[in-house]
Amino acid sequence: MSALPATPLAKLRALTGRLPAWWSRVLAAALIVVGVAVPFLFGSNGGFMNATIIAIAYAVMSLGLNIVVGIAGLLDLGYVAFYALGAYSVGWFGSEFFAKAQVHVLVNSVVSTLPGVHLNFLLILVAAALICALAGVVIGLPTLRLRGDYIAIVTLAFGEIIYVIAVNGQSVSIGGGMTLTAGNLGISAVDSPYFPGIAQFGLLDLKPWYWLILVILLVAVFVNLRARDSRLGRAWIALREDEVAAVSMGIPLVRTKLLAYAMGAGFGGISGAFLGTYTTQVNASQFQFGFSIFILAMVIIGGLGSIWGAVTGGLLLGYINNWLIPDVLNNLPSSFGLNFQLTQVEFGIFGFLLVITMVLRPQGLIPERRRRLELTSVIPAEDAQLGSEPEGAT
Amino acid sequence: MSADMATTPGTPPVPAEPLILTAEGITKQFGGLIAVNDVSLDIPARSIVSVIGPNGAGKTTFFNMLTGLIRPTSGRITLNGRNITRARPDVITDRGMARTFQNIRLFGAMTAVENVMIGRHVRMRAGLAGAIVRPPWVRAEERAARDRARELLAYVGLPAESFDRYASQLPYGDQRRVEIARALATDPSLLLLDEPTAGMNPRESAELAGFMRRLRDDLDLTILLIEHDMKVVMGVSERVTVLNYGKKLAEGDPAVVRADPAVIEAYLGKEG
Repeated sequence: MSALPATPLAKLRALTGRLPAWWSRVLAAALIVVGVAVPFLFGSNGGFMNATIIAIAYAVMSLGLNIVVGIAGLLDLGYVAFYALGAYSVGWFGSEFFAKAQVHVLVNSVVSTLPGVHLNFLLILVAAALICALAGVVIGLPTLRLRGDYIAIVTLAFGEIIYVIAVNGQSVSIGGGMTLTAGNLGISAVDSPYFPGIAQFGLLDLKPWYWLILVILLVAVFVNLRARDSRLGRAWIALREDEVAAVSMGIPLVRTKLLAYAMGAGFGGISGAFLGTYTTQVNASQFQFGFSIFILAMVIIGGLGSIWGAVTGGLLLGYINNWLIPDVLNNLPSSFGLNFQLTQVEFGIFGFLLVITMVLRPQGLIPERRRRLELTSVIPAEDAQLGSEPEGAT
Repeated sequence: MSADMATTPGTPPVPAEPLILTAEGITKQFGGLIAVNDVSLDIPARSIVSVIGPNGAGKTTFFNMLTGLIRPTSGRITLNGRNITRARPDVITDRGMARTFQNIRLFGAMTAVENVMIGRHVRMRAGLAGAIVRPPWVRAEERAARDRARELLAYVGLPAESFDRYASQLPYGDQRRVEIARALATDPSLLLLDEPTAGMNPRESAELAGFMRRLRDDLDLTILLIEHDMKVVMGVSERVTVLNYGKKLAEGDPAVVRADPAVIEAYLGKEG
């Protein structure tokens, strides 16, 4: 480690390293308290709160993609597929869309009189996670024998397939006059979450939505940290580092890779289900290729492989996309006499940010310690002259 | 199983070691090229056996077939009496075969201890649920794996201050040590070393030969070696198999193999 240059972050790490072990727990608790209190500090409604909720949902997706791309090293360009399947889980199991069905499980008294399938939101979350995990395995299987760029192409195609199915699903009859999706018309009037005695979810008060997605994010971070620092997480990193060596040392290739795909996809589904119910509609036009790149940009800007980086990248791009550009800076060009709005060039802005990150900080905002090593490591002098060691391998 | 049994009348029969690995008629064809042609090899337990041959003789291909990285076109391989001919590499590792690589293949961005813990993977049970919930048995398993990794690194002679350094930052000799420790962590009964003395000076090679004997004696290991360094091969192995153009050229006691005219011809060319 002494070979690494002392970046401000490294200095911070050195500083925090000297603090007692309980320090990180205190910090985590403090962050959670601040997080819970945010609606009281910034007002419980309005554009900023709305942007915060969406940004946290993006952070959850970013965490999921980070497992696949960052930790297991499998470049996935079709992650939007899991956003779509998660959102459609809400559309299918929490709206009047399947009007011929009459299924009601743990929903409020108003919804229980409506036609269609209506499951409690917790059940929908579980369904979304399972459907996406399964889809993750389906996309994982054909890529098992592929590497690098080829995986990217297959996953990209998968994302497009799901998008095209979503758009054309309104022509796919599943009997009884019902269709698979509502295409670009969208499935709307999606049920709100129903947690009796805990919170009332409505459009006038964003606090419950905020707390719900905050809890989802905390669970996601916890699960990610635990998975990374485990037998499984080590196996993912080993596969990323050297596949041949990893399987020779006893890592089961198929099971380990598919678990990464399934787990990464599961978080995409959970976040997608939340966004589906939060925006009260599921529209095929939301699930275009650009969104996959958007999530990937979060992971890369945050720091490939880094869990805190993924959260930071997700929040950052979420705020830029949903608050900074539309609410704060949107009219900036017109104040210079230019005839366009900033929202019209938002993809240009994200591309610019990505390029800037790659030039100035290729390891990302909060780099994973291993990746930092790859990008900055100094080759030990001994390597230059093979076999000049004073001792042999005894 | 008792092919090597000493049956001289008068003397009590010395119990021969059972065969740990048998390879019968192993052939590998890449398109029109036959890389390994009908090679058979028996390895008795607790022996040190070498495979030698000129460059391109098919040694590493043969190794890769034993460890499951490539599948033989025909032939049959058994490990501890179980057929592993078409088994996956991780299954073969689980059944007790471990290897090192000719050009070291450590996980560069993992520490020495983490590298060795990857070797423990097949002997651990925690899955995704165990990782997330982290019940006491998973904690104990992790701790045991870490302790075992440190123990093995000390055994192969890695300085303690290097345990938590990244593998890519270790000097060459130490990387070789970590690779052997990683293979040992899988609790193998058969250890395959692919040119372990590559890049070593004569003294280091001699030390490695001593280390291999110590491994066999301490851990009841069987060692199969691919080696170019004739001094090491002749000094350490009990049996030598010579491959040339994918075919077995000679086999047997090192001294006999060394004197075999066919072997000399393969290595030095035909005389006059």
